[in-house]
Amino acid sequence: MTQQIEDSVLVSNYISGDEKALEVLINRHNQRISSFIYSKVLDRDVTEDIFQDTFIKVIKTLKKGSYSEEGKFLPWVMRIAHNLIIDHFRKNKRMPMFEGSDDFNIFSVIGDDKPNAEKQLIQDQITADLQHLIEELPDDQKEVLVMRIYKDMSFKEISENTGVSINTALGRMRYALINLRKIIDKNNIVLTN
Amino acid sequence: MEKIYSDNLEKGKSITARPETVQFLLGFSKSLHIVKYQNFRFENNLN
Repeated sequence: MTQQIEDSVLVSNYISGDEKALEVLINRHNQRISSFIYSKVLDRDVTEDIFQDTFIKVIKTLKKGSYSEEGKFLPWVMRIAHNLIIDHFRKNKRMPMFEGSDDFNIFSVIGDDKPNAEKQLIQDQITADLQHLIEELPDDQKEVLVMRIYKDMSFKEISENTGVSINTALGRMRYALINLRKIIDKNNIVLTN
Repeated sequence: MEKIYSDNLEKGKSITARPETVQFLLGFSKSLHIVKYQNFRFENNLN
């Protein structure tokens, strides 16, 4: 008789790099979590979305090393799912969803040129990473960079605002970019979509 | 005899996420690569 491996062991194995352990965990708790979500949202597609988002958070937390093992893996995952369900209801309340009928769907006529979900996810990630990196710069370089890129100020406006010459402002911008590139290269950070 | 209609029979339904969803999650996990720099954790998806 095969003994079932405990969740805590599987989690530990997964964090150590065993991807198969994740598969076991998901399959083991799939029904429990999916049924719980479905009992609240009563929509199959929304259930799939929330299930997926739940485990994306689980995966990210485990891989980042932010999870502390207290023998409560399932309750933790259920709590994540529960919070996502609340987010779902809050979002729906703000903007009611319109769904086309089977005969006619407006989206077959209207196009959408926004980036798809994957590209948007990557773009958001890049933006967040870049903001972290900018925080690492020396204050004078950070100040110029933020004014130039985020506030769209001219170097003349930047020099007036910071009380230095235009050449100094230009130099700080140049060093800011050089330093950012150094940090990115040193740590092999990918910032392209 | 009258039929007794229970409220919200759907709530008792037991379902599982589709295999495609599970496969997506496993693929996502394999592609996710965390870069640690000082106190920051950068997420990279290596396709």
